[in-house]
Amino acid sequence: MISVDNLSKQYGATPVVDRVSMSIERNSITVIVGTSGSGKSTLLRMINRLVEPTSGRVLIDGNDTAAEPPHLLRRRIGYVIQGHGLFPHRTVAENIATVPRLLGWEAARIRARVDELLQVFQLEPAEFAGKFPHQLSGGQQQRVGVARALAAEPAVLLMDEPFGALDPIIRAKAQEDLLDIQRRFGTTIVLVTHDMDEAFRLGQRVAVMSHGCMLQYDRPAVLLTRPADPFVSRMTGIADRAMRLLSLTTAGEAAVPGSADGPAIPASASLRDALSELVWRGVESAPVMQRDGTSCGRLTVATILARGRPG
Amino acid sequence: MQAAATVLRLAALGLLAAFLWVPQSFAPLFEPLTQYGAPPIYDQGNLLTLALAQLGTVCCAAAASTIVAVALGIVVTRASGAQFLPLSRSLVNIGQTFPPVAVLAIAVPLVGFGLKPTLIALFAYGLLPIFENTISGLRSCPPAVMEAASGMGMSARQRLWSIELPLAMPLILEGIRISLVINVGTAAIGSTVGAKGLGEVIIAGLLSNNTAFILQGGLVTGLMAILLYDAMAAVERRLFRTVHVA
Repeated sequence: MISVDNLSKQYGATPVVDRVSMSIERNSITVIVGTSGSGKSTLLRMINRLVEPTSGRVLIDGNDTAAEPPHLLRRRIGYVIQGHGLFPHRTVAENIATVPRLLGWEAARIRARVDELLQVFQLEPAEFAGKFPHQLSGGQQQRVGVARALAAEPAVLLMDEPFGALDPIIRAKAQEDLLDIQRRFGTTIVLVTHDMDEAFRLGQRVAVMSHGCMLQYDRPAVLLTRPADPFVSRMTGIADRAMRLLSLTTAGEAAVPGSADGPAIPASASLRDALSELVWRGVESAPVMQRDGTSCGRLTVATILARGRPG
Repeated sequence: MQAAATVLRLAALGLLAAFLWVPQSFAPLFEPLTQYGAPPIYDQGNLLTLALAQLGTVCCAAAASTIVAVALGIVVTRASGAQFLPLSRSLVNIGQTFPPVAVLAIAVPLVGFGLKPTLIALFAYGLLPIFENTISGLRSCPPAVMEAASGMGMSARQRLWSIELPLAMPLILEGIRISLVINVGTAAIGSTVGAKGLGEVIIAGLLSNNTAFILQGGLVTGLMAILLYDAMAAVERRLFRTVHVA
């Protein structure tokens, strides 16, 4: 668990981050969202001490991060930045091996870990291990950047606008992959973005920042239904807030007992997509089915609509 | 085009080697440039020995320039050393603008005749290109790469050695190459204060009004400079074929 305790950063008299406190659950994805200049990146960079706090503390599993030299702390925390920052003079395998090497792992263990990560990220080791970053596509470079950050099996992964440089289709794939990775390794992820869609898609908890202050830190549905500040509603969007709320629930969760005609909607689909499907088919209800073929019941337009409003 | 250039280089190298190894076989070529039966080929010393001595002097001076200029370049690109940049830059610039002949004139009373004043003059003259290229090289490291290196947990020293210097290396080597080539030519003046080198041949030619000697000293020096430049460029291309700074 990461505990941020009354953390502030000032440059001169200007506070960039102003007395922020938050507690980040282990094995979860937390997204910090805000406009540019809101202090969200500075907050993230204070967790691995790339920026030293003016006051306040960060505890990881109860240990004060100020207690050890910053470069040793950072070897235990994964870090991914926008534009990946791969070392251009090192091969993909050497890039991924960076932190294990700094930690003095044995060569055989490093090689095994690099191969494992390349496979996890769908990069065939025989083909990609020896390539240089400039020989990869943007999406591949981004994946290598994440693999490098995860190489030494860190418990915590910090990501600063990791998908900012990707086009929408590759970005959606990268977000999907990140959710898989998180489930697979159980890493605690803290991600910074200015993109509310990304925040809602990835975050189990979302923190909204503005002018250095944390306005609200809660589950995405709560940000929509009980915004703590007018700025939060503006960030989350007022016109399509019902649709956003629907996108947070899956068809499986909302399904009610009963049966319906027509092709089944997958249980993992969001209610937003399910509603779209019903409107498109011009029907009032449809069956919902798990991937393995077991039925979850059915979904009606009325049940969906009831989920799309607060309370 | 590439093949023609290679052939030309090999021909130049062959010509230089042949001339240094058996200079007398070129006597008929230089005969028309002499008067009153003067020797057409320099005969007061071995040309090969002189050429190698000059090359040795230049390499020693370049090694010293490299160590000092690269170290200085590293210091002034650190946050803690940034305040020394203007001072270092002026010193290095003075080294370049102050004529080597004048350096010799000042150095001789201090360290005596021979190799030492020549090394001092060449050292000072060769600093600038290496210093400036080191700074450009270190500054051209992409900020995202630097940030990633720190974020991965490299100490400042590890980042310098394993990221910044390798990425700056092509530019640093280019600086060393320029410095070497400038000094191969400049080193001839060392002969005025008694350092061994091809300047001896040129001076002998001037004293005895022997155009053949002057031409020999000049041509050998020029060929050495061109070939050295090409050889280093080829090595650099081979070394850094794979490096592409994003």
